[in-house]
Amino acid sequence: MGTRECQHICGESSPAVGEAGKTGEWRDSFLVIDQQKCLPVRQNKPSCFLCWLYCPDAVISKTIPIQINMDYCKGCGICAQICPAHAITMVREEEFYLTETD
Amino acid sequence: MGKKETRKASTWILDGNHAAALGAKLSRVQVIAAYPITPQSPVTETLSEFVEGGELGAQYIAVESEHSALAVCTSASMVGARTFTATSAHGLAYMHEMLHWAAGARLPVVLACVNRAIGAPWNVLNDQQDSISQRDTGWIQIYARNNQEILDSIIQAYKIAESIYIPVMVCYDGYILSHTEMPVDVPAQEDVDRFLPAYKPNTILDPANPKNYNLVTLANPRVNAEGVLCHGYMELRYLLQEALQNSRERITTVGREFGELFGRSYASMFWEDRLEDADIVIVAMGSLAMEAIVAADMLREAGHKAGVLGLKVFRPFPKSDVVRALGKARLVVVFDKNISYGIEGATCSEIKSALYGSSARAVIRNFIVGLGGRDIKARELVDAVNKSLLSMKEGDLSKEYPEWICAI
Repeated sequence: MGTRECQHICGESSPAVGEAGKTGEWRDSFLVIDQQKCLPVRQNKPSCFLCWLYCPDAVISKTIPIQINMDYCKGCGICAQICPAHAITMVREEEFYLTETD
Repeated sequence: MGKKETRKASTWILDGNHAAALGAKLSRVQVIAAYPITPQSPVTETLSEFVEGGELGAQYIAVESEHSALAVCTSASMVGARTFTATSAHGLAYMHEMLHWAAGARLPVVLACVNRAIGAPWNVLNDQQDSISQRDTGWIQIYARNNQEILDSIIQAYKIAESIYIPVMVCYDGYILSHTEMPVDVPAQEDVDRFLPAYKPNTILDPANPKNYNLVTLANPRVNAEGVLCHGYMELRYLLQEALQNSRERITTVGREFGELFGRSYASMFWEDRLEDADIVIVAMGSLAMEAIVAADMLREAGHKAGVLGLKVFRPFPKSDVVRALGKARLVVVFDKNISYGIEGATCSEIKSALYGSSARAVIRNFIVGLGGRDIKARELVDAVNKSLLSMKEGDLSKEYPEWICAI
């Protein structure tokens, strides 16, 4: 199947979820959240949410607990770096899946 | 000549730079951004006078470099404005990145290139190394032989560019045309308005319907949010090549329409002089093609069947037309005011490439002439043809490298 039906003649896209495809496929690291360390969970009220603020792909929700849209999470690890409670750990995809299936 | 009803054109005595500026004015350009450089400067000066004097309702944007000049033109073109810029030599080289951008983004910018030599060593006089060095940027390149063709080509350039979304460079020789005055028929504004419709942009930035243009485009196609499989980088580049491959028809159609309205037809990809019976063909581009006609006259007087193929459109290169025109020739002498260092003149390479696989069996000679403003006379073109005939007779059918008409 070719791209003839796409009527663009130059690079063109619209700001929309998924416009660049499922960018989560680019990910090589998965993130594991320790909910007991996450500040909003511990305090049971909206607080911190630095991961939501810093996520460059806006895939983290401002909810308790936080939700991550893995369709578009590229696994950059900024959330793990910024979390003051060290609640997020980055795990290599292959290690994560090996652990899961063990 | 079946010329349609037009207002009376007035004949002015114009140098090439004023002809270019008037061509842009008659095309009702909306945004001009240019940086002065010898020998192009009078184009920018004249256009800024038009704008300042209220004769042309355009934005003249002063910039600090040629790179910025073309960046302004591409940006303005993207939001729907008809744009014009002009430059020469080092200025064109400085635009190189944005030349690629304009073509890749499919923006119908029109640029006048006043052909000038490139340093080192420093030189402000004419040759065609500057625009030839930009041949692979995806622009259509048109070369004018005289000042009338400069004005006419700029008006046509907009009609071509805006219908296929390919930028067009109109090239003319520095000083030989840019600073030499000759009679030019200046068409009436109403007639140009009839010929040239308003610009309908392919891309437009509209806050109500936001778009991203030419952001990172990966190698492979991608399915977008609407489920459409969109081009990857390579498909978009294919479309640029396809548009140039197919542009011949558009260029000649616009040239014919221009002829129907104004009485000067541009319906062919190159100018022909006595090619019907010629077995010796001189190939040249720009003002040198006029000099070649004088050389052909002299060769005819000496009993040779000489003709001239004056290249007008260099990109897209008119391969099939060249094959047809040179099929009967026994000697083709190509004069280049440029060189692709390490091989030969660029137009000679293109001629050879066009003839490959055809039944044409002409001996092809290449002479590098006129670099850095070195004067080249019709007599010298004739001498080069005679020299080629002599070496042909001696059995020298193919030369690996070009010959130079210079003092070494």
